[in-house]
Amino acid sequence: MSMKQNDVLFLYTLRLADDALILGHRLGEWCSKAPILEEDLALTNIALDMIGRAEAILRYAAEVEGKGHTEDDLAYKRPERKFYNHLLVEQENGDFAHTIARQLFISTFEYHLYTALLKSSDENIAGIAAKAIKEIKYHKKHASDWCIRLGDGTDESKVRMQTALNDLWMYTGELFETDEINEWLHEGGIAADLSKLEGPWKTDIVDVLGQAKLTVPTSGYMQTGSRKGVHTEKLGYILAEMQYLQRAYPDAKW
Amino acid sequence: MENIQDSQWPLWEVFIQSQPGTPYKHAGSVHGPDKSIAMQNARDTYFRRNEGTSIWIVPSNAIVASDPNDSDMLFDPSNDKAYRHPTFYTMPEGALNI
Repeated sequence: MSMKQNDVLFLYTLRLADDALILGHRLGEWCSKAPILEEDLALTNIALDMIGRAEAILRYAAEVEGKGHTEDDLAYKRPERKFYNHLLVEQENGDFAHTIARQLFISTFEYHLYTALLKSSDENIAGIAAKAIKEIKYHKKHASDWCIRLGDGTDESKVRMQTALNDLWMYTGELFETDEINEWLHEGGIAADLSKLEGPWKTDIVDVLGQAKLTVPTSGYMQTGSRKGVHTEKLGYILAEMQYLQRAYPDAKW
Repeated sequence: MENIQDSQWPLWEVFIQSQPGTPYKHAGSVHGPDKSIAMQNARDTYFRRNEGTSIWIVPSNAIVASDPNDSDMLFDPSNDKAYRHPTFYTMPEGALNI
């Protein structure tokens, strides 16, 4: 592989890894604070799935980068503008309904993305996808069941669930945004064709919201920026907390 | 027995099977608003460390338990009937799991 191809693959692996890393951090924030003990375990279990996936992809990313970095270097020493997670996953947990709306949008997206990546010509990515897809199926079911339960629940849970879906809808357009990095790697059989994921994603969302007796948001206004490393103000706070130790005590070990 | 109500969701009893073919054993209980979410909660609470291959969940109020006051009547009569235990046979060497 030429240098340029490796640079492009490096950016692509960061996109995959950062979604898992940042969402894992967000879900971990529920630890000890979830509405009920069982849900505390469920959300932090999902967080651990995410951190595990982030670790595996960042390890591969470091190998692709070829500069002698480790997965920890990439997680704890990269500046904000070099993070490529979708804006959706860095949004705050909010109330339980907001967390479920975020989980529904992202896990449905990941289900279709990683199903496509099972056939990636890059055997590392295909291998990671094979492990991840089992976890993602569960995350998708968890979010879908809760969305239906809350939407078709009490007056208050219905309002909260609909509000959460409406609030986060503007971060869903970015999931299907493509650029030369994605297109080039897709042509090489490595990346998924994002334009083919939006239809199945929307079908699933419409199905779940239908069962939940909720309304699919129709606003066409979408936020964008993360493909170029431009984020909402929320990411800076996450990184400040996540990277504090390595920034204050570089290379600290225990 | 009366179903014990608390301030949370309905209670479910969780039974796990560690390997195919082996009996289900009671693992504990979880709360869940419906069977689908109760099943997920059972999985997340009792299956985090590769404990098994199958789960049963049962609404706790569907379990009929014996009354502790009836223990004399139910259990004591079998105390002195050692002949009901198959301990008078010589087991063939190499016979496992009997």
